[in-house]
Amino acid sequence: MIRRSRRSALAAAIAAAALVLSACGAGGRPAEGSGGEGASAAVGITDTSVKIGAHFPLTGVAAPGYSEIPTGAKAYFDFVNAAGGVNGRKIDYVFRDDAYNPTQTSQVVNELVLQDQVFALLSGLGTPTHSAVLDYLNSEGVPDLFVSSGSLLWDQPAKNPQTFGWQPDYEIEGKIVGQYVAQNFPQAKVGLFLQDDDFGRDGELGARRYLDAQIVGAERYTPGNTDVAPQIAALQAAGADLVIGFNVPSYTALSQLQSLRLNYRPQWIYSNVGSDPGLVGSLLARFSQGAVTDAGLLDGVITTEYLPGVDTPDNPWTQMFQRVWNEHGGDGELTNYRIYGMSQAYTFVQALQAAGPNPTRQSLVQAVERAGAQFQGPWVAPFRFSADRHAGISGVEVTRITGGKTESLTPVLVTDNGDAPITQSASRPTTPPANGIPAVPVAG
Amino acid sequence: MAQQIDRTGTPAAERAPAAAAPSAAAPGPGRRFAALRRRMPRSTFGRHALITLAALVAVVLVLELTSPFRNSQFATMSYYAIAAAGLTVLTGLNGQISLGHGALMAVGAYTTGLLLTGDGGLPLPVVMLVAAAVTALVGAVVGAAAARLHGPYLAGATLALAVAVPGLAIYFDTALGGEQGLPVASPHVPSWFADAVYFLSANETPTAKYLAYVGWGTLLLVLLLLANLMAARTGRVWRAVRDDEVAAELAGIRLGRVRVLAFVVSAACAGLAGAVLGIVVRLAAPSGFTIVLSLGLLTAVVVGGLGSLVGALLGSALLVFLPPAVTNIGIGAGLDGTQAAQLAPFVYGVVLVLVMLLAPSGAVGVTKKLWNRSRKNRRGPSTRRTG
Repeated sequence: MIRRSRRSALAAAIAAAALVLSACGAGGRPAEGSGGEGASAAVGITDTSVKIGAHFPLTGVAAPGYSEIPTGAKAYFDFVNAAGGVNGRKIDYVFRDDAYNPTQTSQVVNELVLQDQVFALLSGLGTPTHSAVLDYLNSEGVPDLFVSSGSLLWDQPAKNPQTFGWQPDYEIEGKIVGQYVAQNFPQAKVGLFLQDDDFGRDGELGARRYLDAQIVGAERYTPGNTDVAPQIAALQAAGADLVIGFNVPSYTALSQLQSLRLNYRPQWIYSNVGSDPGLVGSLLARFSQGAVTDAGLLDGVITTEYLPGVDTPDNPWTQMFQRVWNEHGGDGELTNYRIYGMSQAYTFVQALQAAGPNPTRQSLVQAVERAGAQFQGPWVAPFRFSADRHAGISGVEVTRITGGKTESLTPVLVTDNGDAPITQSASRPTTPPANGIPAVPVAG
Repeated sequence: MAQQIDRTGTPAAERAPAAAAPSAAAPGPGRRFAALRRRMPRSTFGRHALITLAALVAVVLVLELTSPFRNSQFATMSYYAIAAAGLTVLTGLNGQISLGHGALMAVGAYTTGLLLTGDGGLPLPVVMLVAAAVTALVGAVVGAAAARLHGPYLAGATLALAVAVPGLAIYFDTALGGEQGLPVASPHVPSWFADAVYFLSANETPTAKYLAYVGWGTLLLVLLLLANLMAARTGRVWRAVRDDEVAAELAGIRLGRVRVLAFVVSAACAGLAGAVLGIVVRLAAPSGFTIVLSLGLLTAVVVGGLGSLVGALLGSALLVFLPPAVTNIGIGAGLDGTQAAQLAPFVYGVVLVLVMLLAPSGAVGVTKKLWNRSRKNRRGPSTRRTG
């Protein structure tokens, strides 16, 4: 009996608590709907500042090289801020670590969007990582500019209206490399060394347009598995005397070491992603435990380029970036990855200028769609931005690595996805503005 | 014996709401606490259910009062905690170590991704149950092998699982999305749910908050069931097997069966955790389920206090809240972004080493020790407990 009365007392307490709770609450929804989307226009931007965010692998296996990109971007934004910012707004650039793990990307992007309240996302790195947040950013209406990956996923304006690519996608790079090989090595037996995801698939798709008859073997590796002996041996057995690799830098080093071991010496061609001599050199030294000390193995390797590198100190863009890095950079030297980050930052400044004196999230996206194709910068070929296209840089030049430097083998070649022809770029090389800051008119 | 078991099961669950919201049941001086305990329902399930209900109220309050970003962090914490709760039962109660729980979560997440197809597919609770069932099945197979192994060999076998399962996703890339992962359709907030929340708090329910509710609802349910299991015969049998195999066998316990059952229960929790992870992250990708995840779970369990559900909660809170907090402190102290990001794993490692050195029984173990000491001072010797 006593217990029962206790129970009823308890029930009464719960009921009372529920009552109190509902009394605190609204009890019912007011008639008009929620204003959710429209109200978010002013997030992350004030009269004196604009906050943008990014996710990069700053720790973990993907950190070497890639973790330098945001330091470059930060240096350029500091440079612009020191000159007064864009339309009086200082750019507040926040980058966070996702360790190249999509689960963490989702967490840090939540943090950037909800906690840091960024105006836009700039140059989030990686295909698997960024695809984890693609839906989220687009459903929240956050501009998702210039993703650091060449996947075709970022060029789907109907499905992902907020997302824009930046670098040449792997398909057009594959096409240009394929045509170059077909013209210059018509007798070669071509092998493909591919990362087993969109990267390798898109590259293969492009290369096969010109090389289908010449290809004697296509071998795929899964990222994370560091044993590439079967793939390299298979290419050797197939008699391939020219191998095109669509792979990341660590696999450039692994494939070089493995073919050295097998005494296999084909003409190597690596995509731009996998060919940074500085990074590959240090990886070679690490993987071979000091047996190979520099990027000398890469001598004679053919690759592609779409940005000036640190190996061309006479290039006016490199000189400008060097100045920016000297004035605002942190520790370390200017590297190709830092130039990559600065170039993206340079593009973003143009986008912000094109969006006018009072940008909103919507007007920023529209400005890139309207004016993006005319943006000029260190990149060798124009962007393919329009209302129906969100694809990045439209071309590359084919180069050869000799003595740690690169020499051009072709003029800049531009093309588009699918069966678009490859043509020589009509645009002349650009030079940076004297003060290092672009001046783009407001997109009309 | 009965007294001891009762106590082993209860305090863990009793402090659960205290962890979620300090106001819910702050342990006062011993006598008042004992009085409070007398007022609790006599049946174990009733007591646990009551505590769960109180915790639910606390969860609603916390989720309604915190920012959307905190909501999303709580959602993240919920799936870590579900998996850690399952693991702490396996390791703490049954004495089996598993380095493969990340892989089991992957099974749950991929099942969810395959079954949850935006509109018109199976409803979310059914999908989550199926994910748990499929993972339990995988757990039964692994458990059958694991039941024959001990110590480092068991760690090795489950480690192989952690390495192999993400590889499967890459191998069957047409069905499972390969390296890029399988997108998981994020569930829409049901309108009845949004209306109910609005009725109580006048707040809208964005997806982040809804996911946090789903995660914490699942977590509380899992904790309730596990707390009961721990306090019941099954829990006693598991402890018996952990403490002395020979004695347990002499008492008529079939070691193999018990071990497999423990693994299956633990795997089902991991599967549920994977399902929640899938809908929170919106993606199931191999790089999200590396050995780091399995080790992280084990760390959470050990730092929190092995064999304690509250410990699992505390440990997963540490996993989720510590790294961003450290990074922000680093940035506040003037480090650049890269250095601040590198600070987080460092501090995490230091915390782990310190816990191992100074408090090997974890946060809950230390609290219990202090609690017992203060009681001993007041009323003389108390019984020593393990687990």
